[in-house]
Amino acid sequence: MSSSKLVAPELASIEIKGMTRHAFMMRSAVAAGSVYGLSTVGPFVGRAIAQEGGGDVDILNFALTLEYLETAFYTEALKNVQGLGGEAKQIAETLRDNEAEHVDALTATIKDLGGKPVAAPGVDFGKAFANQKSFLKTAQTFEDLGVSAYNGAAPQIKSKEVLGAAGGIVQVEARHAAAIRFLRGQPITPGAFDEPLEKQAVLDAAAPFIKG
Amino acid sequence: MSKTVEPESGSALEELTQDASSRKRFLGMVGGAGAAGALTMFLAACGDDDEKDSAGTSGEEKKSGGGGAKSDLEIVNYALTLEYLEAQFYADVLKAGVVTDKAVGEAAKRIHENEEEHVDALLATAKKLGTPAKKPKASFQKVIDGGEKMVLETAATVENLGAAAYLGQAGRIKSKEILAAALAIHTVEGRHAAALNKIVGKSIVPDGAFAKPASMDEVLKQVKPFLVS
Repeated sequence: MSSSKLVAPELASIEIKGMTRHAFMMRSAVAAGSVYGLSTVGPFVGRAIAQEGGGDVDILNFALTLEYLETAFYTEALKNVQGLGGEAKQIAETLRDNEAEHVDALTATIKDLGGKPVAAPGVDFGKAFANQKSFLKTAQTFEDLGVSAYNGAAPQIKSKEVLGAAGGIVQVEARHAAAIRFLRGQPITPGAFDEPLEKQAVLDAAAPFIKG
Repeated sequence: MSKTVEPESGSALEELTQDASSRKRFLGMVGGAGAAGALTMFLAACGDDDEKDSAGTSGEEKKSGGGGAKSDLEIVNYALTLEYLEAQFYADVLKAGVVTDKAVGEAAKRIHENEEEHVDALLATAKKLGTPAKKPKASFQKVIDGGEKMVLETAATVENLGAAAYLGQAGRIKSKEILAAALAIHTVEGRHAAALNKIVGKSIVPDGAFAKPASMDEVLKQVKPFLVS
């Protein structure tokens, strides 16, 4: 828009058609573990969806890797962070649960689109769990990164259902980021616009935590 | 799958600004004279100029979906109107000095700055696409008079609504640049909502792991109490 910084340069020329509320509700059903009604409408529609979702599967697998990473981060944090308690512990539990639901929804959606979900990455969170302070600092990094990752990838999503679902997830990532920032006494937003990051930049930022 | 139903309510504003009879129908649907008055003002804020533009657009063109820039303008003007309301809300609240807690005050200041930047960006975008919505006339005095607790709870409500409003439009935006910008604003509204929810003791994720969208109608209904004649 007015600022060129807001425009992701890698955007492909994809026309994203109107997402309907109905469509979003269908997606919510997918998130809950059901399948677009594919079992009733048959394999023809299944193939159509798989074709439409060709590029979407790659984007969803990218998101799945990040969600796996986040889920592992909070799961391990709850076991390992020295002196984790109070609000920080509560937030860690909420975030772990949300991220695990994101993993489930993304995995189900990738399968629905005829794709193969990526395996959970090996993780190494280094000294992030040394204490509550270092845990929260790393958590903020993860959540801010997640927001920028989704914001960078979302305009390239072809399916409006998948776009709607990604939108519902990225807002939750942003909520996580703000809650952690507020708890840390940091500004709740990095700025007025959560700028998109390209896939490679996200993977580079996440690389130190991925092993194998 | 993509040949599903038309947006249930997504194009409501478009219809209202184009078609007097559908406007009448909608106002009847919403109910009372107060509601109609408020909506008329809302539309005056974000629809009037557009109505003039649409006079030159043939019905055929509309049906064939040729008006991508036009429908994007409507969405941008809708967002601009919401951001105007939010910006004024925080400006009024900060001016009234009603927030006493230091950390909460800092968050409110931050949010106010963000909303002002959103107004600037959306205004510039609307100008590129056509005629921007006018700033709506609003009053938050009743909320401010209600004290700090009411102010913060209202702020939380407004931010959650704002985040849902952006999410509700994301799939309707035709231009990828505008979509990218809307997403960049959407998550900032989500951040505001979470911080305020935390401040007032509500869940940071009231919809659970998946945030829910809101349609234009739902949002219009909720903001109308703040509009004044």
